[in-house]
Amino acid sequence: MHISEEKAERHTLAVIVDNEPGILARIAGLFTARGYNIESLTVSEVTADKAVSRITIVTSASPATLEQIVAQLDRLVPVHRVHDLTAEGPHVERELALVKVRGTGDHRIEALRLADVYRARVVDATTSSFVFEVTGGIEKIDKFVELMGEVGLIEVARTGIVAIARGKDAA
Amino acid sequence: MTEKSGADILVEALCDLGVEVVFGYPGGAVLPIYDALFRSGRIKHILVRHEQAATHAAEGYARSTGKPGVVLVTSGPGATNAVTGITDALMDSIPMVVITGQVPTTLIGSDAFQEADTVGITRHCTKHNYLVKDPARLGPVIHEAFHIATSGRPGPVVVDIPKNVQVATAKYQKPGPIQHKTYRPALKADRAAIEQVVDMLAAAERPVLYTGGGIINAGPAASQLLQELARITGAPVTSTLMGLGAYPASGPAWLGMLGMHGTYEANMAMNQADLVVAIGSRFDDRVTGRLDAFSPNSRKVHIDIDRSSINKTVRIDLAIVADAGHAMEDMVRVWKARQHPKPDTSGWWQRIAEWRAKKCLAFPESTNEIMPQRAIRALWEATHARSPIITTEVGQHQMWAAQHFGFDLPNKWLTSGGLGTMGYGLPAAIGAQLGNPRALVIDIAGEASIQMNIQELATATQYRLPVKVFILNNEYMGMVRQWQELTYESRYSESYSDALPDFVKLAEAYGWKGIRIETPDQLEAGIADMLAHDGPVMVDCMVAKLANCFPMIPSGAAHTEMILQANEVSGTMDDEAKALV
Repeated sequence: MHISEEKAERHTLAVIVDNEPGILARIAGLFTARGYNIESLTVSEVTADKAVSRITIVTSASPATLEQIVAQLDRLVPVHRVHDLTAEGPHVERELALVKVRGTGDHRIEALRLADVYRARVVDATTSSFVFEVTGGIEKIDKFVELMGEVGLIEVARTGIVAIARGKDAA
Repeated sequence: MTEKSGADILVEALCDLGVEVVFGYPGGAVLPIYDALFRSGRIKHILVRHEQAATHAAEGYARSTGKPGVVLVTSGPGATNAVTGITDALMDSIPMVVITGQVPTTLIGSDAFQEADTVGITRHCTKHNYLVKDPARLGPVIHEAFHIATSGRPGPVVVDIPKNVQVATAKYQKPGPIQHKTYRPALKADRAAIEQVVDMLAAAERPVLYTGGGIINAGPAASQLLQELARITGAPVTSTLMGLGAYPASGPAWLGMLGMHGTYEANMAMNQADLVVAIGSRFDDRVTGRLDAFSPNSRKVHIDIDRSSINKTVRIDLAIVADAGHAMEDMVRVWKARQHPKPDTSGWWQRIAEWRAKKCLAFPESTNEIMPQRAIRALWEATHARSPIITTEVGQHQMWAAQHFGFDLPNKWLTSGGLGTMGYGLPAAIGAQLGNPRALVIDIAGEASIQMNIQELATATQYRLPVKVFILNNEYMGMVRQWQELTYESRYSESYSDALPDFVKLAEAYGWKGIRIETPDQLEAGIADMLAHDGPVMVDCMVAKLANCFPMIPSGAAHTEMILQANEVSGTMDDEAKALV
């Protein structure tokens, strides 16, 4: 006997939650307990009184499972609302990466030139290294990191995706 | 306003919430609360013999009264022992509030004596949980916990209270009605959806009402509405294990339970229906059998208070997120306002009559052995006039009780459906008896399950609770043995109940009356003896050892592939079927 898996689509969810202790564990645990998958998860307070957090989750699942994910998240007591941004319409996704590159001579110049093309900023420099800050969609950052691999990549820190719906209305 | 200790705030809040009974077990981290209970004297505390039993007793109390069950246990092992019952309450949607002691906030995270990460451990087996670090928050949290446990889809809520929070002082004031920031369960259905389901019921030729525990949770009025709905629409009614009693087993529209050990007529009706209206039921795998063959030609309406139940396993044509009682009330009102005539479902009922003629619950009788099904029927004969509350453990006896004991009223059938917890029945009977002092409460048990919480015999003795335990003793974990016969060519791996105690002597040792029934001719008299005794009684009823529970839909099979009798069993299954639970 072999175990088969369903075909998955990638969706970005915005989960607006009460900022209470354990909420992140509750959400992450729900995903593991029910066998859902998390590609990326970011969380931050988004109101002045620090009472509400916005969690952005990128997940891959079949349409039926996605419906369940949204419903299961929505019934958690501290959750205000859940938006499937991918399903609801056009939205902007951005990620920030810090990319450390070591190099001297030509490699150094090449790294700076590529950074310029990708609109990456230098946020730290020594005579033998740079740290670049780059923001953009997943593909852009993937590509930038890949290119840096050829000119002396040391390490990468990425925030994971944050996303927001286009237009004037709140999600 | 003077300040009170956290422990006093807790007890006062429980009193304000109308709590009459708490099931618990003391320990170091709840000593301040136990002292507050002692000084207050306003709440009856039932001392169980194991924390798991406290949770099942609270479930039994809740299920039989409609009120939330309340549990009080200490930190560490007190809390971890309660986890099984908390999970059970989550699976079966039972309103329950569990207060757990915790080590002082200053010691949390230090691996202190009897420390466990209770909120971490219970995060996914509760509807919600809290760690209260400030005594001023304690009152509001307790009130909120009861609100969450009892509203919407009911469930267990854990409130973890560190010992120093029980001792520290704060002000407490009874809060007004709770308006929660984020938690607002919908009760009333969308009007258009109600109109639509009424249209569908009026047009259906082969409708079935597929009902579940949600109707019981919606209160006794919902059961009345279900009868009304069945009467005016002419639709037959089937129910899940958890929903038994919502529609009377003696009622004209009753098909019997559906699913794995349901009746032939109920499962065939689901298979052949053109409209299935699910009310407070959740298309559980024990009900649907093989999903791609489940009710293949029907349109499906799902009425449920929990949106996540909808489209979870079966695709729905019309979803109605609402309380079962409210939704049925609206359906009945719209139906009557439109003056719909009762649809002609006589052709449908004719087919149902043909399926009923199979007499799927018939079983081979014996003159020298007690058939377990016969024992259940004898118990029903002797007691049904008193509308007894029946609890069960888990296994063959549970399914036989569901099949052969007819329930005519809600809140009379207490069983562990979702989690399937052996050891549920005796503590649940104790809880039910406390909530219904004058009722006849019987735990229909198996000799294996009963041993999982046997220590609770002492609890019944201490509080003079006249509960009855009726053991169908076949010296096997019968359901395990049955599956081994079906799937593993009768290799009885560890399913024999060896080294059984003498249940009569055991009962007597705990101050109970013990009765043994060994032959068919002793059955009626033994039951009469049990009923005649006004204290707790344990009956050890020796039944046919190898009897199996039929009809049965094997795991992974369709409703039409029911095994009706033991001689239809093959003894092996392919790997796909073996992998299913």
